[in-house]
Amino acid sequence: MLIDETVIAGVLGTALQSGGEFAELFAEDRRGTAARLDDGRVEDMASGRERGAGIRVVIGETTGFAHTSDLTEAGLRAAAEAAAAAARGGGGGVRSVALQRVTAPAPNAVEILPESVGKAEKVDLLRRADEASRAGRPAIRQVSAVYGDSRRQILVANSEGVLATDDQVKTRFAISCVANGDTGMQTGRESVGATVGFELFDTVSVEELARAASSRALTKLSARPAPSGSVPVVIKQGSGGVLFHEACGHGLEADHIAKDVSVFTGRVGQMVASPLVTLVDDGTMGPQWGSLSVDDEGHPAARNVLIENGVLTDYMWDWLRARKEGRASSGNGRRESYQHLPMVRMTNTYVLAGTEDPDEILRQTPYGVYVAQLGGGQVNTATGDFVFGMTEAYLIEDGEITEPLRDANLIGNGPEVLRNIDVVGNDFAMGHPGTCGKQGQGVPVGDGQPTLRVTAMTVGGTAR
Amino acid sequence: MSQTIGGAGQDNLLDLATAVAGWARDGEQVEAYVARGRDTEITVFGGEVESLSSAESAGIGIRVVAGSRQGFAYAGSLDPDVVAETLEEARDNAGFASEDSFVGLASPDGVEVASLDLWRDDLASYPTEVKVARALDLERAVRAADPRIRQVESSDWGDAAVESAVATSTGIRAESRRTACYLSAFAVAGEGAETQTGGGYSVGRSPSDLDLDKAASDAVERATRMLGAVKPRSDRLTVVFEPRITATLLAILSGTLDGEAVLKGRSLFADRIGEQVSVAGFTLVDDPTDPEAYAAAHYDAEGLATRRNVLIEGGVLQRFLYNTYAARRAGTVSTASAVRAGFKSAPGTGARAVSVVPGDRSPEEIFQQVGDGLLVQSVSGVHSGVNPVSGDFSVGAEGVLIKGGEMAGPVREFTIASTIQRMLTGVVAVGNDLERLPSSASGVTLAIADISMSGE
Repeated sequence: MLIDETVIAGVLGTALQSGGEFAELFAEDRRGTAARLDDGRVEDMASGRERGAGIRVVIGETTGFAHTSDLTEAGLRAAAEAAAAAARGGGGGVRSVALQRVTAPAPNAVEILPESVGKAEKVDLLRRADEASRAGRPAIRQVSAVYGDSRRQILVANSEGVLATDDQVKTRFAISCVANGDTGMQTGRESVGATVGFELFDTVSVEELARAASSRALTKLSARPAPSGSVPVVIKQGSGGVLFHEACGHGLEADHIAKDVSVFTGRVGQMVASPLVTLVDDGTMGPQWGSLSVDDEGHPAARNVLIENGVLTDYMWDWLRARKEGRASSGNGRRESYQHLPMVRMTNTYVLAGTEDPDEILRQTPYGVYVAQLGGGQVNTATGDFVFGMTEAYLIEDGEITEPLRDANLIGNGPEVLRNIDVVGNDFAMGHPGTCGKQGQGVPVGDGQPTLRVTAMTVGGTAR
Repeated sequence: MSQTIGGAGQDNLLDLATAVAGWARDGEQVEAYVARGRDTEITVFGGEVESLSSAESAGIGIRVVAGSRQGFAYAGSLDPDVVAETLEEARDNAGFASEDSFVGLASPDGVEVASLDLWRDDLASYPTEVKVARALDLERAVRAADPRIRQVESSDWGDAAVESAVATSTGIRAESRRTACYLSAFAVAGEGAETQTGGGYSVGRSPSDLDLDKAASDAVERATRMLGAVKPRSDRLTVVFEPRITATLLAILSGTLDGEAVLKGRSLFADRIGEQVSVAGFTLVDDPTDPEAYAAAHYDAEGLATRRNVLIEGGVLQRFLYNTYAARRAGTVSTASAVRAGFKSAPGTGARAVSVVPGDRSPEEIFQQVGDGLLVQSVSGVHSGVNPVSGDFSVGAEGVLIKGGEMAGPVREFTIASTIQRMLTGVVAVGNDLERLPSSASGVTLAIADISMSGE
């Protein structure tokens, strides 16, 4: 364990001395390596380590927070005093804390710790991918690839007696290609990431990933400008989970609800989506990118149904927002590092499969856009308006995929798009590993969905 | 320049960096970048302090070049043991990189360091209670400004005091420090079932630089003027960008002028030096020696004195931005454009203080000139909708339609699209209203013709 149990209790006691109602110690030891290949060379092999603790003290509506990289008892007590002072000292009094170990199952086993694997083997993955993406494809002019692994050991203890630890190992690989043609340059990207160790590469072929990325860039060389205006959009399984992340995920975070800056405020029990939509946020989902054993407040990860057959069932909660409502956290309290306060965050967010054959969905779409890969997105939770970028898309004509389209953003309004989903496929796939940004903090998240169709979305291309 | 900040300790960062650089072995180059910062963040909500966080942090990033290979390692601690371990780790990492004869650290190049005063002592002594009071004042000012303000999502005070040093075994010795503070508010306006949002802020180096009234009125105006916004019909029209949006565009544009991207065949402007890429009235400069620029700096991330770089002059492409590596590879000299995202990353290349040389027209004159068009006040999806390699540009936007030179009604839930290349040649007016922003770019009101608007 990062910190001795008696020290933890002492530090929490210090934090509570000036009238704190709640105190929490979050300690973290994070190390990682990253290797980057670009322009045919391994440019950089980097590694780093950070450890420290953040202490929060809550008095009334106010949270005080301080952090330190000094994990000695003296360092932690100084941080506890700073946090307590930040929360404005009130009455005083001494409270002791009895800690109770939280046991939660790990989402999955880690077989090969990345730190046990030689750097040469990691670098070799990059070289293999570089070669595979270029082989027999002279139009591929540039390739960059990144390997990364991280191990994050955390400890959370609070004045309610919670004591929890987690050991989060993640491994990822991404490749990005540039193709040159008569029409200029185009890019193609692929990535994979999971809450596992180096065994990720037992099941993932970096060569296949590389070929997929370079194929994407080559395909787009002949792409025409995307349409401009409102059209039906079919989204391939596993490519568009970010749609739900933006269209309603953020709007279902309890902090946005509490501040009345979500279009979903006050709508629990109401129909907010097509009856074909069941949306789940699930931190327990095996090796997925957003999985965890306990969240960054020591609460076990959970599978939470947010929308069931179109009806809003619940929001996502962290400790602070749950406390105000007198309910339990849903295991969604997360933070980027010990230097940050936790807040409500998604984990793995996905829509359950429906009943329609995905090929039939295409056949029954006379005209529209077929999205095979999406980039990131952004939402204004107060208005519900959101965008997300297409990085591989095609025109649908007479029920068939025809020409590739250049990159463009799609824009829609969350509640409207959810209502306008008129068919959901019987397939399902999780998408690429993502980093969700909120108030300057990034955390790893997963998303997924079956093939589905939205009757109308605005495609932000330039073709009339 | 060796004073310490706010009780952050007496250790001199340059001494530490110099000591690490001195550990270089024969045939090896070592660079140490050391940073230490102290920051405060306060959020108020509903007349109460929602959170107050105050912390110091420090770290080191070490680069080792040995046998034409580069390795990097970092640690979030300045403990002597950790520093020694980090150097060893960087050394070990270098063994796994490919050989590259252009790899190497910066050497002093004789360029004089700009005279800049980026540090304000009054920030360190500014009491926490007063910071809280100003955040509360801002929240009240936003609420009081207009009956349609339904909520202030957050009202924040933030400040930071950062000192850093770079030293290398090749003779670089650079040390600098800076302070910054800001007030910001995010207003939620409502009428009936409709909700619209808008943000405002003020930034400066000292608390006395901050303009609370402007932060409040910006947030209120942006939120309330969007009330009644409708989705527009698709069209092709002239778009007027507000200064803060122009700054976003300039930051994207400067990314395509990165010398490293050019060398690696990832810039749409490769081979175009000396060509007309924009209109005669468009001159783009990256000048970190400008004391008014938010990100003004004495040194770049490799410890070279910053300098003024003219990137586009009168519409003609003049030069790209280089760090030491990219410059050696391109057979030129560094433009002192090495940047790094704190101690956790090795230096890359980028602009620090990019700006368009202002034109001679006020925003109102530009609206008159445009006649019928669109004023854009916010964009979204920039990271997903702009491809700096192909130049494809497509972002979500909110704004106000312009009819006969006058504001004609707010619009939302639409995109604007073009390509970076076409937008540069489509510039029809450059405003005289230079606005300093807390980013690597400053903005002016900028009008660009022939942009696709996708709506209904």
